[in-house]
Amino acid sequence: MSSPEVHSAHHAPTSFIGKYVFSKDHKVIGIQYYFLALFSVLLGMTLSLLMRFHMVHPDMKVGWFEKLWPTAAAGGIMTPEMYLSLMTMHGTIMVFFVLTTAPQSGFGNYFLPIQIGAEDMAFPTLNMLSFWTTFLALVVMVAAFFVQGGAPLSGWTAYPPLSGVGRISGPGEGMGQTLWIISIAIFCGASLMGAINFIATTLDLRAKGMSLMRMPLTCWTWFVTAILGLFGFAVLLAAGILLLLDRTAGTSFFIPAGLVVSDQILNHKGGSPLLWQHLFWFFGHPEVYIAILPGMGVTSQLLSTFSRKPIFGYRAMIYAILAIGFLGFLVWGHHMFMSGMSPYSAFAFSVLTMTIGVPSAIKTFNWIGTLWGGKIRFTTAMMFALGFVSLFVTGGLSGIFLGQPSLDLYFHDTYFVVGHFHMIMGVAAIFGMFAGTYYWFPKMFGRMMNETIGKIHFYLTFLGVYAIFTPMHFLGIAGNPRRYADFTNFEFMNSLMPVHTFMTHAAYFTAAVQLLFLFNLFWSLKKGAKATDNPWESTTLEWTIPSPPPFDNFGGHHPVVYHGAYEYSVPGAAKDYVMQTDPAAVSH
Amino acid sequence: MPGSLAKDAVKGPPLPPDAGDFGGGGPGGRGTSRRASLTGMVVLLAAITMMFAALTSAYVVRRGMSNDWNALPLPHVLFANTAVLVASSAALELARRRLKSGRRGEFNRYWTAGTVLGMLFLLGQAYAWHELKEAGIFVATNPSSSFFYVFTAAHGIHLLGGVVALIWVSVQALRLQLGPGKRTVVEVSALYWHFLDGLWVYLMVLFLFWG
Amino acid sequence: MLLGPVVWVLTVVICYFFVAKTWWFPLPISQHGLQYDEQFLRTLVVTGIIFFAAQVALGYVIVRFRDDGRRASYLHGNNKLETLWTSATAVLFIGLVLMGTRIWAEVHWTEAPADAIPIEVLGKQFAWSFRYPGPDGKFGRTDLKLINDAGGNPFGLDDHDPAAKDDLVSASLKVPVGKPIKLILHTRDVIHNFFVRELRLKQDLVPGMEIPFHFTADKIGTYEIPCSELCGLGHFQMRSVLQVMSEADFEKWKQEQLAQK
Repeated sequence: MSSPEVHSAHHAPTSFIGKYVFSKDHKVIGIQYYFLALFSVLLGMTLSLLMRFHMVHPDMKVGWFEKLWPTAAAGGIMTPEMYLSLMTMHGTIMVFFVLTTAPQSGFGNYFLPIQIGAEDMAFPTLNMLSFWTTFLALVVMVAAFFVQGGAPLSGWTAYPPLSGVGRISGPGEGMGQTLWIISIAIFCGASLMGAINFIATTLDLRAKGMSLMRMPLTCWTWFVTAILGLFGFAVLLAAGILLLLDRTAGTSFFIPAGLVVSDQILNHKGGSPLLWQHLFWFFGHPEVYIAILPGMGVTSQLLSTFSRKPIFGYRAMIYAILAIGFLGFLVWGHHMFMSGMSPYSAFAFSVLTMTIGVPSAIKTFNWIGTLWGGKIRFTTAMMFALGFVSLFVTGGLSGIFLGQPSLDLYFHDTYFVVGHFHMIMGVAAIFGMFAGTYYWFPKMFGRMMNETIGKIHFYLTFLGVYAIFTPMHFLGIAGNPRRYADFTNFEFMNSLMPVHTFMTHAAYFTAAVQLLFLFNLFWSLKKGAKATDNPWESTTLEWTIPSPPPFDNFGGHHPVVYHGAYEYSVPGAAKDYVMQTDPAAVSH
Repeated sequence: MPGSLAKDAVKGPPLPPDAGDFGGGGPGGRGTSRRASLTGMVVLLAAITMMFAALTSAYVVRRGMSNDWNALPLPHVLFANTAVLVASSAALELARRRLKSGRRGEFNRYWTAGTVLGMLFLLGQAYAWHELKEAGIFVATNPSSSFFYVFTAAHGIHLLGGVVALIWVSVQALRLQLGPGKRTVVEVSALYWHFLDGLWVYLMVLFLFWG
Repeated sequence: MLLGPVVWVLTVVICYFFVAKTWWFPLPISQHGLQYDEQFLRTLVVTGIIFFAAQVALGYVIVRFRDDGRRASYLHGNNKLETLWTSATAVLFIGLVLMGTRIWAEVHWTEAPADAIPIEVLGKQFAWSFRYPGPDGKFGRTDLKLINDAGGNPFGLDDHDPAAKDDLVSASLKVPVGKPIKLILHTRDVIHNFFVRELRLKQDLVPGMEIPFHFTADKIGTYEIPCSELCGLGHFQMRSVLQVMSEADFEKWKQEQLAQK
């Protein structure tokens, strides 16, 4: 990184490999990340469909299961350990390779430099390295499916001792779990490289006039997300190394003395399972905000653009982003209320957790304030942004239950938790990505996506995700624990089976609807209507340049910025938007 | 940090292009790459700090919560290693200042000395491991030794990266690519090296007083 | 535009199920359970009102402020409003957590009463065992090497210790009604979680720790105990029951068990 390569030797590569494979162009890298995440989300979604199938039909024989997984689905019936492998890999792939990758590394890589008026990221080579390291991490992660014993079954949180004592605690806990940790460690390295690039770019590469307080909110969220990633992944890396040593070198960081697993007395001494949980959640909670903050940024950008109004409370939004980023590091203990951690610290963590609800609420109020008095254009992108607000409210409010240790005495590790985090971290974040896709696709590929298909996709997905994830809250209220391969062993769960069946069908339906999106995406790449430079009449810098942008973004010209990012419907202006680069005076 | 939170650029008349409150001056602005390189390094150091902070908290917790912790007999060579590393930092610092004032020959000498001392430190660390091994103390022997190996390995890997950077700088110097106006790579790698030097002193204090 | 009504309908449907309680808690069987349900209701009312108001408002702005040829208002924000809703949500959210603290305090900040019946809970992949100290009131010595699940000795009780000889081991948790019970939670392999829905109580069993936990059950009956922390491939089968018995039945059961030893 020490090599000063920002503007030296920055010429467009000519070979195919230099252009599209080992490209240093932030736009190509952004697209590479986007498609890596798209592959991952399809994989993760497929895993979730298999899980939902198994929960409803635990004993059903399916011929091709046996062909695909001769041991894990011997006789065509999925084993419980296979269910847990699917669950672990679904969570891991979604959290790391989708929610961390697409909104930040994908869109962020593509649009952060353009929105601040730079011709590339600060360290293009590091950027390329970061992508290929992420790719390697994905390959290693997927490889866990194919090693002996299959993928790990300890969940995306990998709590030791289950994850720390090897094969004796379950079939996937041998090689599969080791690969899982190695993949995560590689991913940490990649994310750290990415974070360094994002932070340096934001601080040092802004165009003339682009003060921090004029940056689009998308840039603010990418910037703060990078800081979260920087600290979070550094800690996860440390924790992963210790866990790997417990597994392979016989150390006892997390494994206490006196354990008997599968009738074997273990040699470990004195370690603490809680230590892992503290380190993991110190990363894991900020990770939630890594997933959702960029979605908040995109939503803010789109609500302002398509309601033709300045964002309501721009500064309050920034303070809320900063507050979320800061408080995000102080609330990890709320994942551990039931863990045996000191019940006094649980109280402190719960107060801090409720406090972090406040900036989230501020954002919601400001979004509604932005829409108020606006002139809303219902593009598909806008509808996904509006859907984001609805899902964010729904998913956020269930957090008010879980943030109280007293109520967590019942809800911990029930489907209520599953419903909560899927609503907010899963679905709301993915709505942010859809919004970003429909909004930026014309800029990235020079063509428009089909709006009719887009709207059908939106409505069916919106109803679909509510149909999948709302019932989970009721399952949680009825006490249904999560991570159960099936529900046949408990009387009280029998009466809940109709809910599970409904959710499974809703999941099939919602997954099928995504084919519309895929079709729209790939069809529009080839056949979409040509996009103009600024089809949405937005104000930010990416809309001042051609679609798709040239190699160095601004064609050798250095943009100068005169306004904040959201000058819509300015009284006296010729049009209902004033570009950031427009020198026209704007009086307040 | 350019651009200030205190100045509200949303309100008020637009700034003329040459006014004080702007970003880095854009990608073509003078000094952009130098500043970005330094920023990037500081950010990297923050990440490394965080990683060692996590390991330290694990160390303190693990040490405090169980009664199986045995004090580690620190190999004496570590004190010599510490002196060597501090000396290498000093040599690099002298080199950095020589380059700033344009004395390239002296720069080369000091820089090479610093690099050699750095490699010597790594050899010394390897010897410390060897001594522990001879004494029958392995990574799984006791939590104190587990942490010792983890800390020294993590530090050593970072330092190894540093040595590669120092050699790269030496090569650049020999190819006459460096000078008072072209010394970003020197500043950045010296900063990294000083940080690792400080980190090692911190680790020694940790081992000595909390071992 | 259509989205507004869609959001409204969704909101009403969701609220309906929360009011109809089609899938809901089982009835509580303890004082703590009653207090728990009160705190849940308080939280539900507060979040329910916010949920309803926010979604309806979202639907409203979508319908009301659609592009109908007006000019959008040029407005950058309102500091008074920001201050108002910031402080209002802060008071509301933190108020809620403080109100629930009493419940948490009674579970975790207080010791079990001195006359509480001690029972050791052992979790292992994938079964529960419960140990009663027997007439001498003392838990006897155990040894990892003596563990023998097939032979009915999951704790590894050492029969050479007189205190261990009269310890009772059961696969279900049997307790007398209305008496304080003190559990000592303990696992011999991975993390498990002890959960009884009707008690509104849950606690992890952590390797290397012995976690005390107390409750009083006021209603005779049988209640299921599902393991609620992922413990491996048999997690979904790790089941036992809590049997709350009359005091006479409980004593009778203990005598029968002792006689069988």
